[in-house]
Amino acid sequence: MKYIYALTLLLISSAAVASEAVVQERLGQYRTQGAGDFDAARGQTLWQQEHMQVKLGKQVNCASCHSANLQQAGKHMRTGKRIEPMAPSVNPDRLNDAEKIEKWFTRNCKWTWGRECTAQEKGDILTFLQSK
Amino acid sequence: MKQKKYWGILLLSGCLTLSMATLAWTEDGEGEGHERHERGFLHQAADIGPITNKAYKTECSACHFAYPAGFLPERSWVKIMNNLDDHFGENAELNDKTRLVITDYLRTHAADRLPNRFSRSMLRSVDAGATPLRISETSYFRHKHREIPARMVTGNPKVGSFSNCLSCHSGADNGSFDEHSVTIPGFRQWED
Ligand code: HEC
Ligand code: HEC
Ligand code: HEC
Repeated sequence: MKYIYALTLLLISSAAVASEAVVQERLGQYRTQGAGDFDAARGQTLWQQEHMQVKLGKQVNCASCHSANLQQAGKHMRTGKRIEPMAPSVNPDRLNDAEKIEKWFTRNCKWTWGRECTAQEKGDILTFLQSK
Repeated sequence: MKQKKYWGILLLSGCLTLSMATLAWTEDGEGEGHERHERGFLHQAADIGPITNKAYKTECSACHFAYPAGFLPERSWVKIMNNLDDHFGENAELNDKTRLVITDYLRTHAADRLPNRFSRSMLRSVDAGATPLRISETSYFRHKHREIPARMVTGNPKVGSFSNCLSCHSGADNGSFDEHSVTIPGFRQWED
């Protein structure tokens, strides 16, 4: 019994650590690609910046699906499907898989901004998300 | 001798399955009796069945409900999987490895491969030369949903569009689409 308890604790705490370690590893990677220091405030501005989505004919930003309050669930603006909160503090499943992070950066930057995000922008956004 | 008999029975039951699936499609609406009969009789093959591939389930349920492979022919899935960077106006691109694993799963579980009544009826409703990309635009789908007014779908914030299968078919995650277990959110239990 005690053993299960300890194991659960270990799993929970390692999940929280997982996002920190993965984000740090990503930031290191972005620096090698030419990025400088990272800034959560700049990340927030990017998160809210509106762009014209040509196929949709509407202004969109990252919060269009993820919601502006990162501790709350979002909603896919086209299908209506629930998207779990982006803040690692309330959602331990967030930002703990580098491959998943990069997959969604590629898709969502292209769709929302019409281009890929730079290493600097990705680092600023991750720093912003991780701070929530 | 014994073996001959065995094969005979197998052949006969194969023919029966085939003809009843045909009846279900051609006489749908008028042919209620046949459909009922078939459901009780061939219960095992009556469901579209749950999704059995982890990569498909994870990747293709991120933005919407993961649609059962048995609702589209193989050629449709191949076309969908070859155009993920422009997926119904969305970017759903994947790395090659994952894309091939999912394509393989969809191809081997497509409507042309599965012997259940939904897949057979679906396949029959699609022209041989056509490659539909949407389940919700096939004539089988349209026929099955023809009595549902727009106010219950596009005019219903809890549904939004016909693509949102799970909002009405609460058993859809387990591969169950039986018309007797459908509820349209905000409206009373659906009855014909
Ligand atoms: C059209 C809807 C939509 C928009 C707009 C959108 N996203 Fe996403 N995003 C998603 C979905 C869906 C997921 C996957 C959901 C999940 O993992 O629960 C996701 C996942 C992510 C992830 C991965 C999270 C993780 O746990 O690894 C990141 C990072 C991300 N988005 C960043 C962005 C950024 C940056 C923008 C703006 C440039 C943006 N998103 C705009 C729908 C969207
Ligand atoms: C980035 C988000 C996203 C991802 C990931 C995604 N889809 Fe979609 N998909 C959409 C959108 C948006 C629609 C259109 C929904 C609508 O019109 O309401 C759609 C529609 C569909 C439809 C047609 C539904 C209908 O109306 O019959 C199929 C089939 C489909 N997707 C298959 C897939 C498969 C297979 C995958 C995995 C490789 C996948 N999707 C992954 C966003 C996504
Ligand atoms: C607005 C609610 C709603 C949505 C969304 C919806 N359906 Fe249905 N569906 C129904 C209703 C109601 C029936 C029963 C129709 C009748 O019997 O008149 C039905 C019937 C069916 C049937 C026939 C069942 C049988 O026993 O013959 C299939 C198959 C089906 N739906 C599949 C789907 C799929 C796949 C999707 C998503 C692409 C979907 N439906 C989306 C409401 C919905």
